[in-house]
Amino acid sequence: MHAAILETMKERMLPEGGEACVSHRTLVLTVPPECVFDAARRLKAEFAFDLFLDVTAVDWLGQTPRFEVVYHFYSTSHKIRVRLKTRVPETDPVVDSLVALYGAAGFMERECHDMYGIVFRGNPDLRPILLYEGFEGHPLRKDYPKRREQPLVAFRK
Amino acid sequence: MDRAPIPIRPVNSRHPAFEYFSTKKDELVGWARKFSLFPYPFVTACCAMEFMAVSSTPYDTDRFGAALPRFSPRQSDLLMVVGTITHKQAPVLLKVYEQMCEPKWVMAFGACATSGGFYQNYAAVAGIDKIIPVDIYVPGCPPRPETVIDAIMKLQDRIARAHHPIVTETF
Repeated sequence: MHAAILETMKERMLPEGGEACVSHRTLVLTVPPECVFDAARRLKAEFAFDLFLDVTAVDWLGQTPRFEVVYHFYSTSHKIRVRLKTRVPETDPVVDSLVALYGAAGFMERECHDMYGIVFRGNPDLRPILLYEGFEGHPLRKDYPKRREQPLVAFRK
Repeated sequence: MDRAPIPIRPVNSRHPAFEYFSTKKDELVGWARKFSLFPYPFVTACCAMEFMAVSSTPYDTDRFGAALPRFSPRQSDLLMVVGTITHKQAPVLLKVYEQMCEPKWVMAFGACATSGGFYQNYAAVAGIDKIIPVDIYVPGCPPRPETVIDAIMKLQDRIARAHHPIVTETF
């Protein structure tokens, strides 16, 4: 059942320049960054992936493009998951925001912006959510120094 | 045959020997203060479970007069910092400490409050003594309730032995 649905999706969802495979009973779609919004829209409209689970990123330091943005969706009617991946370069780490499709994406995109510096074009509120105003850098990037702290109050002598 | 009535109460109950006693001011104030520690639980993380265990019936810090949590820093004497303090939270902790009235004491409860524990990264403060002075440290991840009770008793001993100025230069 799962396999049949995933095979159908694999055939119909694959955009230009994309890849698809099945890993641990999850369909993994890899698309160019400009196709992310359209892929998510089709997942929601045509395949009933109504639950946005998470967006995060992977920092492949030393590779180009450097960052990989990873989305997870879940279908509460089919009970299957799909993983959507895209690669963005370090110089211009921009993807389209999915807030217009899934309201829940707003906070998760803010967190991903905090931690990796991915810019979600169209997110109306990209203020820090877990970090604080004035924090320099993005702490989950691999080139953030492991021991670097940015205290808000002066330490005692 | 008449018998004299047995005197139930002392002949003179207002004998001066029962009306006055002498002590030292520091001992008296210290004795009073050490059994009326009102804690302010600044609880941020998993050590809270152990804090609840040590406050509730089986271990019962009320035996030491240190069980009535005051959820206003202005009414409390003992700031119990229970759990990890992040850099984002440090200004809040400092403000709570500054709002407490003298005399006040601070307990660093657990490994994270003591030294940052295993968090050595961008987020966590490596020990609350970088921000506020600490009187007693409780090790453990989380500490056993016996360790906390031991810390309270050691703090009480220190309070009992301390000098307690009633009037200071600033007040």
